[in-house]
Amino acid sequence: MGALDQTVGSDTEKPLTGAPCAPIILSLPTIRCAGCISAVERGLAKENGVETARVNLSLKRVTIEAAPEISADHLVATLAAIGYEAHELEPSLLADTKSDAEGKALIKRLAVAGFAMMNVMLLSVSVWAGAEAATRDLMHWVSAFIALPAITYAAQPFFKSALSALKVRRLNMDVPISLAIILAAAMSLYETSQSGEHAYFDAALSLTFFLLAGRYLDHRTRASARSAAQELAALEVPRALKVVNGAEVLTPVAELAIGDVIAIKPGARMPVDGVILTGESEVDRAFLTGESLPAYVGPKCAVNAGEINLTGPLSLKVTATAKDSSLQKMAELVALAETSRNRYTSLADRAAAVYAPGVHLLAALAFVGWMILSGDIRLSLNIAIAVLIITCPCALGLAVPAVTTAASGRLFRRGILLKSATALERLAEIDTVVFDKTGTLTLGTPVLEAPGIYPPDDLALAVGLAAHSSHPLANALTALDITALSGLTDVREIPGHGIEARLNGALVRLGRASWVGADEATQTATHLLRDGQNPVSFMFKDTVRPGIAELIPALQKLGFGIHLITGDSAPAAQAIAKRLGIDNVAANVTPQQKLDIIEGLTADGKQVLMVGDGLNDTAALTAAHVSISPASAIDAARTASDIVVLGSDFSVLSDCIKTARSARARIKENFALSAIYNLIAVPFALLGFATPLMAALAMSTSSITVTLNSWRVR
Amino acid sequence: MDVLIALIPISLFLGGLGLAGFFWMLRKGQFDDPDGDANRILSPDYDDKPKE
Repeated sequence: MGALDQTVGSDTEKPLTGAPCAPIILSLPTIRCAGCISAVERGLAKENGVETARVNLSLKRVTIEAAPEISADHLVATLAAIGYEAHELEPSLLADTKSDAEGKALIKRLAVAGFAMMNVMLLSVSVWAGAEAATRDLMHWVSAFIALPAITYAAQPFFKSALSALKVRRLNMDVPISLAIILAAAMSLYETSQSGEHAYFDAALSLTFFLLAGRYLDHRTRASARSAAQELAALEVPRALKVVNGAEVLTPVAELAIGDVIAIKPGARMPVDGVILTGESEVDRAFLTGESLPAYVGPKCAVNAGEINLTGPLSLKVTATAKDSSLQKMAELVALAETSRNRYTSLADRAAAVYAPGVHLLAALAFVGWMILSGDIRLSLNIAIAVLIITCPCALGLAVPAVTTAASGRLFRRGILLKSATALERLAEIDTVVFDKTGTLTLGTPVLEAPGIYPPDDLALAVGLAAHSSHPLANALTALDITALSGLTDVREIPGHGIEARLNGALVRLGRASWVGADEATQTATHLLRDGQNPVSFMFKDTVRPGIAELIPALQKLGFGIHLITGDSAPAAQAIAKRLGIDNVAANVTPQQKLDIIEGLTADGKQVLMVGDGLNDTAALTAAHVSISPASAIDAARTASDIVVLGSDFSVLSDCIKTARSARARIKENFALSAIYNLIAVPFALLGFATPLMAALAMSTSSITVTLNSWRVR
Repeated sequence: MDVLIALIPISLFLGGLGLAGFFWMLRKGQFDDPDGDANRILSPDYDDKPKE
């Protein structure tokens, strides 16, 4: 538990008193200010049983210590009541993000390099100001005394990476960096011992400092991408209720075996594939197939992992464990699609591939050229090393990480998590957007279409009946601002069928068409029967996700092709496409067909952004150039996506694309800036005019310009 | 220039003090929630240090 406390920014040496159970950690995607912190902490502190609640605004999380009987669901509901969206996180899956030993080590090296750089720079100023003879030698020796241990400690990440690259006979950016640092230090030490004029200790140190800064920013982007992935994995709490000798035991899904019997409560998701033993209900298959209408299931029906049980409790005999379930069959498709994804080379890698050999060639040429001209080894070596120091990619090392840090910070504040370090670069390249329907364009929560057309008594009666069920359609009815009819007696819910009751002695029913005796509807509907009257059918439509109505025209304005592909029926798909103005619609598609459509578009030279949330989308999400899913998506879909939107509003997506484009522009500008700086400085170095003062000035100004330019990301 | 004999060690010592202070703050978790700390000063609740 000591380790857990680090997440909330408190001391690690906390004595373990009270609060015997693990803290509850909730993700709060919508908090952004001081008011939110107090509101959340006060709101939670008012709950009975909550001992402490501490918000971490940087991570957008709250850690709660509470009595064991307090459930996370209860606290999520409490926060929802005061207006904050919250999701439970599984603490054990967050373990790695807490310590971040690598990041702390980098920060320490950065601090040491910065300390040494400033002191050596101070001493160098007096040399540049004209210190001579013994004074200059003293300054150089003190510099050496500070610089050599500092470099040995601080520049280790570069040495290690360069060594591992050389071992496999490859050149990476760290080879010229390490060479420049080592040679600069060694040459300076030799010059100092010979009472030489120029020592480059300050250059070696500022090189180390600026490059470490770039390395740290890069690490932060990667670490936050990784912690985002872990946070998402932690959103799913995989447990099942196993029935052992008639008692229900909470068991991790991974421990279930074929033949086990598990209980599925209404509202829960099937953890594994199985066959129903007892109970009747309706299941929501939207995640698996994209169908928006719930399906009836009863004894002997097969159900698949990922489906949601809606109305009645079920007992299920496990036919395939989590590893072999239909969820996993999708994973094979995903693996197939993944190979194409890995071929993407980032801008930084492409730059390094050109840059590293170029620098070595230039330094070697300088050495050979001066050897031929002067024949003086010491002079030629000094010039070659000066070339290496001056060309060394301070600015280049900062060019990409500084931009990605600025951009991902901006996006995170708007509730967008980047899971992949190259996601922004890829997002900037897209020209086609493909949407899934159920759960992506729509929220998957139905609302009553045109409540005004129904007779008020019928509506009041339906709401009265619906109050006794937690079925999504019943919830949609009770959410209406209509007073429920009172006077119902003998109310009971018949799982899989509906609700029945007696009104003044007469039978009334609300439920499935066949049970009530109504005609089957083409769209989502529930039916009301009053004794001796014709049944009334209530029609529902799906709610469009907030922000989508503004997003689609914004994307069209950018010139993107927009497609809708869904596993749902054609009329449902057409209706939503017409409402949103999407022309390209494919309905009734299987997961394989979704993948084929994406690959077809890619083969036509399109760069596709796929937005989806279901299991049937995962292969398509993986195959697309870049992919986005909402936080409400199923675990597998979020894993396959590069970007996850934490809130439910999707209007942020067009901003996200703008930020990505702006980030790519800034990265290219940064490359141009460092190229210009090299174009000016390298001729001086080649001609032998370079001095330590020049190197220091050029290095600092270029690094600072690049960093400042990066903050211009919008 | 004799004063350098004193000044150089003093400046190194003071710089080193700053470095040690930074390491201490890092270990104490002062940089774990920078956004939260920046916002908490605006809240009227008494919040002298992270609750433990």
